[in-house]
Amino acid sequence: MLSRKASCNSHGQDSYYFLGWEEYKKNPYDEVKNSSGIIQMGLAENQLSLDLVESWLERNPEATEFTNGGTTFRDIALFQDYHGLPAFKNALAGFMSRIRENKVSFDPDKLVLTAGTTSANEILMFCLAEPGDAFLVPTPYYPGFDRDLKWRTGVEIIPIHRSSSNGFKITESAMEEAFDHAQNQLNRTVKGLLITNPSNPLGTTMTRHELSQIIHFANAKNVHVISDEIYSGTVFDSPSFVSIVDLALQHENSHNGDDLSSRIHMVYSLSKDLGLPGFRAGAIYSNNEAVVSAATKMSSFGLVSSQTQHLLSSMLSDEKFVQKYLSENRTRIKTRKQMLVSGLKDLGIECLNSNAGLFCWVNMRKFLKSNTFEAEMELWRRLIYEVGWNVSPGSSFHCVEPGWFRMCFANMDERTLAVAMRRIGQKEI
Amino acid sequence: MGYVSSNTKPLLSRKATNEGHAENCPYFDGWKAYDKDPFHPSQNPDGVIQMGLAEHQLCFDLVQEWLVSNPEASICTKKGVDKFRDIALFQDYHGLPAFRNAVAKFMGRVRGDKVKFDPDRIVMSGGATGAHEMITFCLADPGDAFLVPTPYYAGFDRDLCWRTEARLLPVVCHSSNNFKVTRKALEEAYAKAVEANISVKGLLLTNPSNPLGTILDRDTLREAMSFINEKNIHLICDEIYAATVFRQPDFISIAEIIEEDQEYNRNLVHIIYSLSKDMGFPGFRVGIVYSYNDAVVECGRRMSSFGLVSSQTQYLIASMLSDDQFIGKFLLESAERLETRHKNFTDGLHQVGIKCLNGNAGLFLWMDLRELLMESTVEAETALWRGIINEFKLNVSPGSSFHCSEPGWFRVCIANMNEETMKVALARIREFVRRNGDKLNRKEKCRQSDLRLRLSFRRMDDVLRSPCIMSPHSPIPQSPLVRTRT
Repeated sequence: MLSRKASCNSHGQDSYYFLGWEEYKKNPYDEVKNSSGIIQMGLAENQLSLDLVESWLERNPEATEFTNGGTTFRDIALFQDYHGLPAFKNALAGFMSRIRENKVSFDPDKLVLTAGTTSANEILMFCLAEPGDAFLVPTPYYPGFDRDLKWRTGVEIIPIHRSSSNGFKITESAMEEAFDHAQNQLNRTVKGLLITNPSNPLGTTMTRHELSQIIHFANAKNVHVISDEIYSGTVFDSPSFVSIVDLALQHENSHNGDDLSSRIHMVYSLSKDLGLPGFRAGAIYSNNEAVVSAATKMSSFGLVSSQTQHLLSSMLSDEKFVQKYLSENRTRIKTRKQMLVSGLKDLGIECLNSNAGLFCWVNMRKFLKSNTFEAEMELWRRLIYEVGWNVSPGSSFHCVEPGWFRMCFANMDERTLAVAMRRIGQKEI
Repeated sequence: MGYVSSNTKPLLSRKATNEGHAENCPYFDGWKAYDKDPFHPSQNPDGVIQMGLAEHQLCFDLVQEWLVSNPEASICTKKGVDKFRDIALFQDYHGLPAFRNAVAKFMGRVRGDKVKFDPDRIVMSGGATGAHEMITFCLADPGDAFLVPTPYYAGFDRDLCWRTEARLLPVVCHSSNNFKVTRKALEEAYAKAVEANISVKGLLLTNPSNPLGTILDRDTLREAMSFINEKNIHLICDEIYAATVFRQPDFISIAEIIEEDQEYNRNLVHIIYSLSKDMGFPGFRVGIVYSYNDAVVECGRRMSSFGLVSSQTQYLIASMLSDDQFIGKFLLESAERLETRHKNFTDGLHQVGIKCLNGNAGLFLWMDLRELLMESTVEAETALWRGIINEFKLNVSPGSSFHCSEPGWFRVCIANMNEETMKVALARIREFVRRNGDKLNRKEKCRQSDLRLRLSFRRMDDVLRSPCIMSPHSPIPQSPLVRTRT
């Protein structure tokens, strides 16, 4: 009675990534009420700097009020223009630039507002690919992509495998292999690559060399590159962040007449950097006018609430606040990450060396009974039920090597993280 | 740069480059005319008056008053900021429980509390636009069809068909019986589909109707239920204008009909709702899919990730809609003001001999200008329409953009302006009628020389094949916010 899309499981929700959340919800940790409950370490949220936003709100009540002098409630309530509130787009473009230390500037007219990057990524698939086409995505990758890129669009994801042998860096041969597999064995037309930079779940930024390789590859194959830069504001250590938009500009300047920059697109949102996932404030940035035009029309299916645009445009236009926030946020993320890393190190557990993100990519391979994903699942079950940690197993990120786990550290207070660290010390894994 | 790359692989998808967004049609001239020359009582009194936008602007004073008395409803104020963190972090696709409870209660109130809605069946979406697309993704595969009575809201062509690749098949309704949706018309449309080997997945009804401004009577609703049960197809009821019913007869929701007979298959029924029209909040993107089918609720919830309602907005709405006293007052006031506005317009039109379909709901009138057409064709309707825009500066919407089968009908929005503007609009209509008065009882085939017409003739089938969207998401109504850049 329902559509094929409704009856299949391409929504990806049967993955262990989401099942862990279900287990957490059944028995959630609470310092007072349920101190032996499961600690949520599977949610990549940034709860470290919301106090800064709250105090900005307290200091700037007139910025968001609906008074008769400034913007009225009526104006906001009626505003449903899919081009977005100009003040918000300007502020967002400025914010994105600040994050990149003003090395890149963004044109507000190339921004398309969407209901989070969930919607942004799906819209780009609808704009760039036909059902059955493929996008190459480096593993390990965010499990949500299986839903966002594939479910309603009919697009297929072909993985580009990365391994710990070289620190999970992307290689030309891995890209070639994935492309070849898609086109020749699976008979699918590859329309592009989608990278996440900084990476979820690795917590690393791509080097300029890696990005150049990717651009070079995309140019040779005449395909698109989408860079999900949702964690760009969480880079707390060197090497400093290099945005695809920066490289695209450089390429354009040195390769006149080449249309590569018309195939480079970026997605962003305020869910991670500002810690506002509930507000559904996402965006697509593209140099390709046709993409901007089509995506803008498609954004009708998930516009950003005008009430939220109004609030955010005020906040993000406050340059002093933005500077202070970005810097303080980075410091706090770094400190918190170090707490997790050193806590794990004391237990003999190593993490991938990271300089960004709200999580660590943790090497638990030595605890596996065998080098298999079944062993990884068994370990994961023990971590959830015996240790009381909801961490995310690498297989849910399509990692090719068993034994890696993503552990989030920014979605809890310091005390809870300390409790988490103490727990594992008490258990034998 | 843009469409095609240097080798033969297309740069963009078919969906990105086809006409499925339904925005390219001659009818946008009306929007463009308005955008270039928007009416303002003091700054531009000769500008185009926007009468093509179905918005409810009559009750903002009530909402503003409520906001001032309830600062804690906003998470940005001193009173509300202690909730900020929890709300900002909340992205659960089930939605804030308080929000779902408040919306369920509100939906019941709007229907005179004759039915109760279960908060657990409420699924969020990006406005009704998102809701329609989402329900279509849940129910239909590419190529499947939905039957939809004409005339219908032009946005459906985009919402139900563009990215879903579903199709809409018209159920033709006629003015001879006030555009009633008859069983005969339903059966005819269904049979035609079967003959053409098209799989019909459901029937889409809009009740109250856009553009007619009428409600479906109990018999029609029962016939529709019996029809879909017999054919085992879905019924989607768009009840987005439910609270705009300002006069008897009372609104009857499909939610009432479903309770009348235990034999009805409830798994086939889904309601689309939003706060854009009833409350006047189109910017807040509060869309709702209410389904009696558990599998649809589950699937719809997962799909709602692509267009969740901002938690900040959920929180505000939850607060506002739970205020029973305010809502009671709002609904009464809103109906009264809509009735007054409706009466003022219909009286004004009647005085100059223009008839409208007898309606008791909606934010618009369905105006009958058939007698002013040189001939009963879409081209003549288009010519008349261009005259109304260019000479009388009124952006009304021609019936063909709603797939109406009879030329000469126009939708005229009346609730998106203040009283002063309404008077100017009526004066212009009177002038229009005066100048065209000698055509009222005559059908002539010669051109009117005192109407400056820019005629661009299109064949009837061209018009029908490229439906036009008149949704406000597209060319933008002149909002003061568009001018503010900082």
